[in-house]
Amino acid sequence: MSTVLPPPSKRQRTDAAEKARVQQDLEEIPADAGSLRLQFYDETTGLPIGQGPVLVPVADATPKNLELLVNALLGHDSSEHIPYRFTLPVPDKKRTEITTTAFPTNIYKTLIAPALVSTEEVQNISAAPQAVFRVQAVSRCASTIPGHGEAILATQFSPRTSARMVSGSGDNTARIWDCDTGTPVHTLKGHTSWVLAVSWAPDESKIATGSMDNTVRLWDPKTGKQLGNPMKGHTKWVTSLAWEPYHSQKLGEPRLASASKDTTVRIWSANQQTIELVLSGHKGSISCVKWGGTGFIYTGSHDKTVKVWNTDNGILAHTLNSHAHWVNHLALSTDFNIRTAFHDHTGKIPISDDEKVKKAKERFLKAATIQGEVVERLVSASDDFTMYLWDPSKGTKPVARLLGHQKQVNHVTFSPDGLLIASSGFDNHTKIWNARDGKFINTLRGHVAPVYQCAFSPDSRLLVTGSKDTTLKVWDMRTLKLSVDLPGHKDEVYAVDWSPDGQKVGSGGKDKAVRIWRH
Amino acid sequence: MPQNEYMDRWRKLHGRRLDHEERTRKKAAREGHKASEDAQKLTGLRAKLYQKKRHHEKIQMKKQIKAHEERNVKSSAPNEPSTTPLPQYLLDRSNPTNAKALSSAIKNKRAEKAAKFSVPLPKVRGIAEEEMFKVVKTGKKTAKKGWKRMITKPTFVGPDFTRRPVKYERFIRPMGLRYKKAHVTHPELGVTVNLPIISVKKNPQNPMYTQLGVLTKGTIIEVNVSDLGLVTAGGKVVWGRWAQITNNCENDGCVNAVLLV
Repeated sequence: MSTVLPPPSKRQRTDAAEKARVQQDLEEIPADAGSLRLQFYDETTGLPIGQGPVLVPVADATPKNLELLVNALLGHDSSEHIPYRFTLPVPDKKRTEITTTAFPTNIYKTLIAPALVSTEEVQNISAAPQAVFRVQAVSRCASTIPGHGEAILATQFSPRTSARMVSGSGDNTARIWDCDTGTPVHTLKGHTSWVLAVSWAPDESKIATGSMDNTVRLWDPKTGKQLGNPMKGHTKWVTSLAWEPYHSQKLGEPRLASASKDTTVRIWSANQQTIELVLSGHKGSISCVKWGGTGFIYTGSHDKTVKVWNTDNGILAHTLNSHAHWVNHLALSTDFNIRTAFHDHTGKIPISDDEKVKKAKERFLKAATIQGEVVERLVSASDDFTMYLWDPSKGTKPVARLLGHQKQVNHVTFSPDGLLIASSGFDNHTKIWNARDGKFINTLRGHVAPVYQCAFSPDSRLLVTGSKDTTLKVWDMRTLKLSVDLPGHKDEVYAVDWSPDGQKVGSGGKDKAVRIWRH
Repeated sequence: MPQNEYMDRWRKLHGRRLDHEERTRKKAAREGHKASEDAQKLTGLRAKLYQKKRHHEKIQMKKQIKAHEERNVKSSAPNEPSTTPLPQYLLDRSNPTNAKALSSAIKNKRAEKAAKFSVPLPKVRGIAEEEMFKVVKTGKKTAKKGWKRMITKPTFVGPDFTRRPVKYERFIRPMGLRYKKAHVTHPELGVTVNLPIISVKKNPQNPMYTQLGVLTKGTIIEVNVSDLGLVTAGGKVVWGRWAQITNNCENDGCVNAVLLV
């Protein structure tokens, strides 16, 4: 017999009746509120949009209307309509500084009435183009998949689909998971020690794993079999892996870079499984390697330097010294496009190889081109509590120094649209920065223990962070506030990744279970 | 000049006697024989003293041998820096003993139902009312009737406490014996942290002592663990956690407690 709910109490009934009787007062904007003079700036370039400021009545100044306006100013027709995120500088009540805030839906109530913004002055609105698709914030744990016998140290989604994820663990295996059904697909056995790094090739044909046993192994994700032999060469453990971007590969001959504690980076030919180049020059353990799309490899090391190498001959191009302590992590503005190559949000994959390369190149150039120039920016996070933003093609001077963290910065990432930088550190905070000039935007507070990793959603509207305090948190990049709190892990979260199609978030940590989160 | 300095001077002037090396070698060689003879022949107090000295010598010897052995061990290059797997970015860091292990230990423990009622100090010494309270004999009426009591043990008094009018104040908790913080040890980690006390949960002596906030050995207190950064399974920050007092605070002048996990 089902339980019968008790009837509502008298107080509940009177409350409900009261609520029904009283009409909610509508927020009226007075007709004489005047007009705002708005000058739009493109956030990617920093250049003004249109000729001079535009007059907009206060009542009509909503983000929706501004979006139409900017699209009209840029001459986009309805088929190529792009959503925008608007921000404007507002003087802070408590401090003297000016903070950038999102353009509110009711600007009269939030900004004009409290006299924070006046209709007399020209307002400089910065417009950041957004992805035309939208990712919904993950909100629940779709599946908890046990299987690993030890802590999970690295996870990565397949570049093509959110249905496949690989995770590397301390039980000396990597595992491929079917995230739709929440079941294991393959166990990649072979390593004799912890698997520290996992990486899918951008065309999804191979998986590379780097381990504590000083080897790199390649696997076929379809069959779960190892390809060839273990690639030996390093004398200490492998810390990081990077595949050559699809558009710059020689067709069918992908290369792989592996960074190691033994201070070298080795570039392997994935087919022959031989060492093509050894990049030696660092004096300390290499913490991160990234393979850029413009013919450079970037390495960050514990010897406080970031080095830039030519990919074809392995010659050192630049050494970027500015950091005062270990460099922990690097991020490229084109990371997302390099990782996903020709896989885009539509899910359509070109048939022939030439078309794939063409599409990958097109996507890369679209992400990297700013004002007609191909610019690949680099940000390095360090133990000296700061980050530096670099433009390696323009020389060895940093573009900006990103100050604000109060402890070591562990992880840094660019948003897929290249407009934001998120950095997470041991001071329990995640900070958001403007990727163009390195200006501080906001701090995301909420975690109560070091934040280990963070990942942007592919549309750059959301950010997920994983922390030592056993939770994941999803943050909204428009309001810069907590969107969803995702408890569920029983212990520290070591690795988190957002799938390139935006459907799922995968995380793993010390509690040995892979968790898949989705909307 | 003392004798030894004359001896030094003589040595500096004339050197050692010619058979010095031989004599010391022989003496060292006979040391074992001498020791064995002493061990067998000495009696009484001398024997006792000798055995004690020998015992200490042997301990030192064993320690030294052990140290040498450890030095000689050829270690196979430690492949993994720690036994628990760590991600790449935490590998070369010296990890401070983390209070995080706390919360997982607590979670594991909670699975056992019986553990709920077990505390580190299951038995306490009974404290009589005579020991706990001193009768206050000041003032004419108070002295005559003898109804006012001063608590002779340390107490915890909450921050929002205000004294009642003197007429109604039956128990006095002396300012000098009030405590706000406790040294709380985590039993598994062996870490001790000075944490603010939130409240007294249970004094095993008497429910009234609980009300009065008396801190005696075996009392369960609630401490503020928020700076340890513990998190519940639901992702909420743990604020208060219980601990049991392990020392006689009235004798020691501090409150030591052990966290209940």
